[in-house]
Amino acid sequence: MGRRRFSPPRSYGEGNGAPMKAAKALALPVALLILAEIGARLGGPSDSIAPPSAAALALVEALGDGSLLEATRDTLLSAFGGLAIGAGLGLVLGILLGSLRTLDRLMELTIELLRPIPSVAVIPVALVALGFGYRLEIAIVSFACLWPLLILTRAAVSGVEPRLIEVARALRLSPWARIVKIVAPASLPRIFVAFRLAAGISLIVAVTVEIAVNPIGLGYGVMTAGQALRPALMLAYLFWIGLVGYGLNAVLVLAQGRLFGRAARLEAPR
Amino acid sequence: MTALLWRLAGLAVVAALIAGWSEIVAQKWVSPVFLPSPERAWTALVHGLAHSDLGVKLSGTIEHMLAGWLIASTLGIALGALIGSSALARTYVGPTLEFLRPLPASAVIPVAIAIFGFTPAMALGVIGFGAIWPMLLSTMHGFAAVEPRLGEVAHALRLSRWQAAWKISLPSAAPDILAGLRLGLTVSLILAVVCEMIAGLDGLGQWVLLAARSYKSADLFAGVMLLGAIGLVANSALSLAEGRLLRWRAREG
Repeated sequence: MGRRRFSPPRSYGEGNGAPMKAAKALALPVALLILAEIGARLGGPSDSIAPPSAAALALVEALGDGSLLEATRDTLLSAFGGLAIGAGLGLVLGILLGSLRTLDRLMELTIELLRPIPSVAVIPVALVALGFGYRLEIAIVSFACLWPLLILTRAAVSGVEPRLIEVARALRLSPWARIVKIVAPASLPRIFVAFRLAAGISLIVAVTVEIAVNPIGLGYGVMTAGQALRPALMLAYLFWIGLVGYGLNAVLVLAQGRLFGRAARLEAPR
Repeated sequence: MTALLWRLAGLAVVAALIAGWSEIVAQKWVSPVFLPSPERAWTALVHGLAHSDLGVKLSGTIEHMLAGWLIASTLGIALGALIGSSALARTYVGPTLEFLRPLPASAVIPVAIAIFGFTPAMALGVIGFGAIWPMLLSTMHGFAAVEPRLGEVAHALRLSRWQAAWKISLPSAAPDILAGLRLGLTVSLILAVVCEMIAGLDGLGQWVLLAARSYKSADLFAGVMLLGAIGLVANSALSLAEGRLLRWRAREG
């Protein structure tokens, strides 16, 4: 089924059993954690840094009282809300621009001027208009997720094999049928890659907005823990944010492999 | 010739959009507290650069972005080359890097504040940490994916490890590295702005947030326009460099 990822040729002495591989993968983090533990304990109690064991305890505690899960819910709601709006808009615009050459050329300069605006620069603009809360975060995540979908969908749609378009013309398909029956299946693998990219961006931007201004979610949690001089809780939040990001990415990579097999991987942009 | 015409048509669209923006404000469909007219935003931009300290903020942001990017690039490329050229290092370090990569870089800001306080060093640390990933991973990938036959050539020519890295691996990884540099610069700009917002460092991030807090929408839009301009210039400069440095490759294939 070709589900394994392509990897460069292995060298000779490498162990190939799965447990061996896992042990090698864990060696570095475990060593670092032990070093950090010793270092933090030697340094004595501190307001800025905590040993990993204390962070683990804080993580269990924050999971137990539900505060961490509540923050995770807020962050993911905003991230996915913004992803849905931004990716949806980007998809529609990308299909339009990818299939209508004239429109694409007319809008090119506008897009070139708007796209480089860093998403975080929009935070104050949205803050003035929307105030604090979910709407602020969703608006900024949508802005950030719009671009990868727009650009990559446009490229995927305009890159559809011309002979397929000729087939559509010969069959006298309506524009709608042409999109649904020919263009979408041909460009879907690449569009999914764009979606995966945007999903990663959505979480990053959501946490960033929370850290910068918005008083909800995981970003706000890590920020307040730091300000309250609770380094153990701060590191627990940080580890949890990493875990959420890793999990989201892993789910999407898995989905991509299941849905599209090799097709998506070959055309993945770097 | 037609390309020029299309460019002009594109410019006309931009002009039409700005006219539409102006009209929306003139008709008072949106409160001027949220949306200044384009004329007011432009005046605020010119006035800010000439008489206020918008120029200082602009150079502050560029400085943070470039300094952090340079740190991240140097470290990222060096580490990426080391890890990428050794299969052993890849098996041990690779999984840890894969775990760290999706971590939103801004989430380390509180940790950086705890260590460095509200200082420019904090911003450099955060930008360095956040922008290193594209460079590190693309360099690793580039060095690991060197055509095996080129490795045999290096072996036959009895090149030392250092020579092989410099003469064979580096040029062959150049496209990956340049792509990483470009992405890293975008990340650097974003993180510079976030750090300025949080730590109140001299820069456009601080400027736009203060403008928003005091409802000076014209100043706010002036800052956003400058940030867009930085992004545009940085990206075009690196695209240009990429085109030049990789010219040998285009010729080849």
